Amino acid sequence: MKVLLSWLKDYVDIDVPLKTLEEKLFSTGFEVEGTDYLGEGIERIFVGEVTSIEKYEGTHLYICHVNCGKEGEDHLILTGADNVFKGAKVPAALVGAKLPGGFEISPRKMKDMVSYGMLCSGGELGLDPEWYPTAGVDGIMILDENAPVGEDIKTYLGLEDYVLDISVTANRPDCQSMLGIAREVAAFLGKELKMPDLSYTEDGTTDERIHVDVIDKDICPRYLGHYIYDINQVETPLWMKRRLIAVGHNAISIIVDITNYVLAEIGQPMHAFDLSTVAGRSIIVKRAADGEEIVTLDEKTRKLTRNNLLICDTEKGIALAGVMGGLNSEIKDDTKEVLFESAKFVKDNVRKTARGLGIQSDASARYEKGIDEYSVETGMARALNLVQTLGAAKVSSSHFDVTAGASREEREITVSAEQVNYVLGIEIPEEEMIRILKSLSFGVTCNDGTMTIKVPRFREDIETYQDIAEEVIREYGYDKVVPTFLSESFVTNGGLNAAQTKELEVKKYLCTLGYYEIQTIAMTDKTEFDKFLLSENDSRRTVIELLNPITENLGIMRTMMSPSMLRAIETNIKNGNDDVRFFELANVYIPKSLPLTEQPYEIKTLCLGSAGAKENFFTMKETLESFAADNDLTFSYQRGNEPYFHPGRCADVFCNGEKIGTFGQLRYEMIDKMEIAEGKKASTKIFLAEFNYDLLKKQFKTEIVYKPDSGFAKNSRDLSVAVNKNIACGDIIDAIRSADTLVSAVKVFDIFESEKIGLDKKSIAFNITFSSDEYNITDEKAENVMEKVLSVLTEKFDAKRR
Amino acid sequence: MFNADELKKLFLSDLNNVESENQLSEFWKKFLSKQGAVQGLMANIKNVAKEEKKSYGQFVNDVKNWAQKLYEEKKAEIEKAALNARYDLETVDVTMPVDIQTPGNLHPLTTVKYEMINVFAGMGFEIFEGPEIEDDDHNFTRLNVLKDHPSRDMQDTFWLTEDLLLRTHTSPGQIRVMDAEKPPIKVLVPGKVFRSDSDATHSPMFSQMEGLVVDKHITLCDLQGMLDEFVKNMFSDAAKTRLRPSYFPFTEPSVEVDVSCFKCGGKGCSLCKGTGWIEVLGGGVVNNKVLENCGIDSTKYSGLAFGIGIERITMLKYGINHMGKMFENDIEFLKQFKA
Repeated sequence: MKVLLSWLKDYVDIDVPLKTLEEKLFSTGFEVEGTDYLGEGIERIFVGEVTSIEKYEGTHLYICHVNCGKEGEDHLILTGADNVFKGAKVPAALVGAKLPGGFEISPRKMKDMVSYGMLCSGGELGLDPEWYPTAGVDGIMILDENAPVGEDIKTYLGLEDYVLDISVTANRPDCQSMLGIAREVAAFLGKELKMPDLSYTEDGTTDERIHVDVIDKDICPRYLGHYIYDINQVETPLWMKRRLIAVGHNAISIIVDITNYVLAEIGQPMHAFDLSTVAGRSIIVKRAADGEEIVTLDEKTRKLTRNNLLICDTEKGIALAGVMGGLNSEIKDDTKEVLFESAKFVKDNVRKTARGLGIQSDASARYEKGIDEYSVETGMARALNLVQTLGAAKVSSSHFDVTAGASREEREITVSAEQVNYVLGIEIPEEEMIRILKSLSFGVTCNDGTMTIKVPRFREDIETYQDIAEEVIREYGYDKVVPTFLSESFVTNGGLNAAQTKELEVKKYLCTLGYYEIQTIAMTDKTEFDKFLLSENDSRRTVIELLNPITENLGIMRTMMSPSMLRAIETNIKNGNDDVRFFELANVYIPKSLPLTEQPYEIKTLCLGSAGAKENFFTMKETLESFAADNDLTFSYQRGNEPYFHPGRCADVFCNGEKIGTFGQLRYEMIDKMEIAEGKKASTKIFLAEFNYDLLKKQFKTEIVYKPDSGFAKNSRDLSVAVNKNIACGDIIDAIRSADTLVSAVKVFDIFESEKIGLDKKSIAFNITFSSDEYNITDEKAENVMEKVLSVLTEKFDAKRR
Repeated sequence: MFNADELKKLFLSDLNNVESENQLSEFWKKFLSKQGAVQGLMANIKNVAKEEKKSYGQFVNDVKNWAQKLYEEKKAEIEKAALNARYDLETVDVTMPVDIQTPGNLHPLTTVKYEMINVFAGMGFEIFEGPEIEDDDHNFTRLNVLKDHPSRDMQDTFWLTEDLLLRTHTSPGQIRVMDAEKPPIKVLVPGKVFRSDSDATHSPMFSQMEGLVVDKHITLCDLQGMLDEFVKNMFSDAAKTRLRPSYFPFTEPSVEVDVSCFKCGGKGCSLCKGTGWIEVLGGGVVNNKVLENCGIDSTKYSGLAFGIGIERITMLKYGINHMGKMFENDIEFLKQFKA
């Protein structure tokens, strides 16, 4: 919200420095995000009078003598412009002057003479062409003959002024105007608010042919129309042009300028229809038909739906309500009669129309924030007042007011000082509250400890004592809040619960194994599934799609973590860091059904990734085994078949019989397609693991159980067997473990292959421990169990003892 | 066969020549073993008069003890020398570099998240994690974000269906906690949130930490007291907070909370853009409508709530200037956050 300081001063006497004003605005909830000085960069430029001018022979230049009054009565200044004449008043930049953009004036030799300054054009002063009548001309900006010689040009041109860019929170649409901000300023400075002149007189003429009708009052609860005629397209007064330009509008023509002025001043978007183009002289406000089209002021054809509100005549649409007028009813130079519109359109509808059609206008921006009906009335009155006082048209008595029937009374709420103080936690006297509320235009009457508060019509945000508490503390000052520490509250026992503590421990343990935690975006791209070679019917292709993704590659919620992990590894290899160990613990999102009808499963997933010269399949397995050991778990492994893994280097991981994850080496053909240096591809090996953490965490011990030493002797034996090469070591270990309940540990201490045992064979040596909680394991007992083990291995694997 | 004096003389001269463990064991065999010379003195006893036999035995014993003692001393000396020789041999260059598996570390967002949790855990806050995919009811409606509020707009919210969405803030956690528990409530809701935004200070996914207290007579003063404690722990003992008006549909009054600049101490610098204050979080007194939406009697209980951007705190704390860095996962970035 842009506020011109001099404009603001129309409504409230501001007798504090600008800095204080900014601070006060800030502390009452209106942050000043920036302040622009209109005269920024302009120094030592004065109104000068050209006392003599002659052609500098042999050049294109003129030699001028310029009188700048108290700033020196005779400055020799050369200029190349052709429009200067004796007696002309001009902006004269003297030696030492500065122009916007940082240009500095110093004595300058031009052919054989020295120029002690420069005469300026409007452009050189950084002015909008409409800021001054001659600001846009080609050549020096010739000033009015009455311009006071020697006056600082900034004063003369009204540039000693400031534009404040104020951020207004979404609950205060009433402050999206000069008047709204002025109300707040008046309140905190304790000054009276001077309302703009809203008076006008209707001349008694009517036009009975005009009709206004609102069909869809749910999205247009109030619509005012007023007929003005005998339009006289006078030049917009300079003061109005400047104010419009300063707050970001263009000066266009008197009627359009008045509507923009009312928007900035009152905060009410206005529209003016050239009534001669309105068929049937009728305004009908209704939802557009699906597929209906309108050409808007920007000459674009817009295709509409039932959700768009349209202002129509008896034949066609003539404006997109609250967004943009139609080209067909636009105000033109020869427009003679106008119907002014001041309406309330529902903000949600305007926003959807503006966004849906991709149009952003000053009106839609304002409507999206919300308009109250007080502003609808005030805006119309002010527009008619300006039309009349500026002589731009005659104000007829034909006016229209279509309403959905909202009350025009001020709402009343009852609040006690005690309630307000209860929210704030400090004691503010009732009289102080009343003073504050009155300064903010609330009506307050007091009765026995309760305040009956009349809420101004423009404060639709105020409903409860909590809202009143905020109004009070805003003005009373947040610096008067005294920090306390839940003085009356129960003591509660806080901190992470067991599962949350465990999760942090898991992460920290992986860190000690050399893994860095990464965080990746939860949205991903459907094409990842093809890159990961998933089959067409792989369940991970059943994904939740975003209706409105930012980009296609963030279009779905991920169902697996590995693609994000691989991207992180790829980024690092690209950056020259080939050795990485990463992990991430985050959710994957699995729909219960599609289309989605309920919240999906969010499955916490632990993903590991590693790459580098030191990594191989078994370093990843070491990590998993260390992790299992750290948590006193036993993992078992079976050959897996993830499509993106090396078919010979992929394992499924089980814990207590349940599959909890998969790991393996990434396929070479996937590395080939990565965006890394060609030369690196042959040597790059990448290892990934993905675990269902929600399943894994169920296996974690919830308590430590101490078991006293049984006191019975253990025993152990070594066993070396030859088996066929393709028999999995893990299967033999499992068989030994389950051969007898006395087997308590199995370790492999040697594996070898040799011609001696046969080329299709391998020899594996185990150390097997036997123990019991009930008796000593004697040598005899141990031998018995060994017999059993050996017979199992012989039967299952055709193993031969060596 | 030696007499005692000759033996002692030979013993001493031989002992003097012993320099190694091997020589020592040869020496022992020669003099101190059962077949050794010292024991040999005993053989002379048959030549000793009967009445002197006893004193001769005593004499030999003394010689034995004398020899044993000298031998033990020599043995200790030799062993010590051998050990010293071994130590000399095994001496290493302690400055030699070694190859280790460098430990990794937590992501800075995790580190900061737990730092924040620690501060509030000490104040009695429990931690709740809600779903990332929420429905309209929890994310908006019951938080008093009514149907026509701009933050529901397609521009800000990622929608999955007409009703389901990626949560835009951790505030729905408030609703879930209040549905499940009765006051007193003191809870933190950390987690990922999603908004349709992407630039230097925005990422479509980021993380927040919601705080909620509901109990008897919770006030705006309590909010500031609690947040003062938070910024002291997170930034510096001298840090202070400043409240200023703001607007959130689920709190009333709503405040923006600034912390005094921990870089310049409030004098004004580039970090605080010369103001001495840095915006760190939003909060307020829980809107009674929200309490009532969760079946909590707002005439008996009141609450405070706040929401902190974890990325924002992390970026401030470490001087990280681009949000994208957080999710790029460049190891050169990550490894700087070892704690």
